[in-house]
Amino acid sequence: MVDVDLSLVNWSRAQFAMTAMYHWIFVPLTLGLSFLCAMFESIYVRTGNEKWKAITRFWMTLFGINFAIGVATGIILEFEFGTNWSNYSWMVGDIFGAPLAVEGIFAFFLEATFFAVMFFGWDRVSKGFHLFSTWMVAIGSNLSALWILVANAWMQYPVGMAFNPETARFEMENFWAVLFSPVAISKFTHATSSGFVLASLFVVAISSWYLLKGRHVEMAKKSIIVASVFGLLGSVYVAFTGDEAAFENAQHQPMKLAAYEGLYKGENNAGLVALGMINSAKKPGDSQHPFLFEVKVPGLLSLLANRESGSFVPGIDDLVYGNKEQKIMGVAEKMKIGQKAVADLAAFKQARKEKNDVVAAEALTRFTANKEYLGYGYLSTPEEAVPPVSTAFYSFHIMVVLGTFFPVLFIAFLFFTLKGSIRQQRWLLPLGVLSFFLGHVAGQMGWAVAEVGRQPWAIQGLMPVKVATTNLAVGHVQATFFMFLGVFTLLLIAEIKIMTKQISIGPEGV
Amino acid sequence: MAGPFTSVYTFYRNGFKAMTVGRTLWKIIVIKLIIMFAVLKLFFFPNYLKTNFQTDEQRADHVLEQLSRPAVPNH
Repeated sequence: MVDVDLSLVNWSRAQFAMTAMYHWIFVPLTLGLSFLCAMFESIYVRTGNEKWKAITRFWMTLFGINFAIGVATGIILEFEFGTNWSNYSWMVGDIFGAPLAVEGIFAFFLEATFFAVMFFGWDRVSKGFHLFSTWMVAIGSNLSALWILVANAWMQYPVGMAFNPETARFEMENFWAVLFSPVAISKFTHATSSGFVLASLFVVAISSWYLLKGRHVEMAKKSIIVASVFGLLGSVYVAFTGDEAAFENAQHQPMKLAAYEGLYKGENNAGLVALGMINSAKKPGDSQHPFLFEVKVPGLLSLLANRESGSFVPGIDDLVYGNKEQKIMGVAEKMKIGQKAVADLAAFKQARKEKNDVVAAEALTRFTANKEYLGYGYLSTPEEAVPPVSTAFYSFHIMVVLGTFFPVLFIAFLFFTLKGSIRQQRWLLPLGVLSFFLGHVAGQMGWAVAEVGRQPWAIQGLMPVKVATTNLAVGHVQATFFMFLGVFTLLLIAEIKIMTKQISIGPEGV
Repeated sequence: MAGPFTSVYTFYRNGFKAMTVGRTLWKIIVIKLIIMFAVLKLFFFPNYLKTNFQTDEQRADHVLEQLSRPAVPNH
């Protein structure tokens, strides 16, 4: 549907982005805090020290609040798929519908059993079984994020499936290729481990607040030690998985990598921008400098992108206009092939309607030969293949700067807490309180890189967002956008209110 | 001696009865689910293809129609 009102596409995008960003406020905290609760409880069971039990119960209550407010917010995304993204939803529904439903049922039974034991089972079941239940909640919660992340990864790197023009649906060819695609693995590990970091920052932030107020000092110190170790390990893991994600971008979504690095002219031994300000007037193909200023680490981008120092990293101009020397096909050429694929699909559809099997078979053969570039057939200009560079660049660099800051923060907290002088670090404690919000910023920026950076594609190279969307009235999408904004704001206020009240009461109130 | 079903029932009943913060949270969950399914889903988020087309064949035909339209060039 390429003649669709673009404001409709943008409002549909905005609505989906807002819902996903709201959903991601709660999810990472659930993923990470569930493991931290399991760790606190493990120490309790191992030491038999009742203070650790009180610590566990306190953080478990905050985990419960976050879970309750966040639960089912992801379902709204599914509503939006059916209403706003019906073409996309139809095309992939057969593939991802069943695993997501199974995952939902699995999560429900997991929650109904182990969650119940975790919250109701203190003093009612054995210590060992209670601990087992807490670990099961942690593992199950993280596993329940699997298929939605696999689905997202498939949209970025569509493997293991084939498009059937008869039914207009993708059909599974290789289940394992979908599940274990390198993009899916890096997406799952990067997203879940970022949750570990955020949850650690949450514990550090609240503990810092207690230390600043001089309340629950022992609990705060004990919590900081566990959270800092977990957060530090999580930060290192996030860095490794982030590096892997960037490598996969370079292999399968080079335009995204070029956009978030602000790289217009590809080069050998490309440098990584450590700090920079984008020249917003810069357009693909013009001679303007992409940055107002930039600080680069020479050669590092080539090394990270290709695991090979001095290698060539294509820029936006190479990818849009082609680069014969590097054997890169330009978007204009891909558009021509894509347009043939679209025309052959139309011819196939018409022949099927007229029950002309010979013409249909010929059209199908031609379509199959060109279908790899189907999505390019819907683009209006080659430059349409370029995502918003400024948004991708700043999101990526804010995420990386914060991702570098967090392990330093965890080390500082661990060092001063073990040294016994954490309460004297009046400069560090406010930073600890602030760090939780910075963690949220980093997480949201990460998703902005992933999703803004892959524009204009809903399915990389095969389906642009404007084709995926449903041709609804713009007013309808605008109305529901603001309705969600209202509902989400109210729910967030409710969470903050309940959470701050519980924090204010402290562990005695649990 | 209570049977396993009775034990499970008692476990859940006592758990729910003993809740403090949980009561508020359950109220929020119920209100949220009612808003989501009885209001949003019902009135604002119908499944477009299921609502507007009767059969899977018609739905496939509609999506193929969308996919078969060529790009409108920008000048």
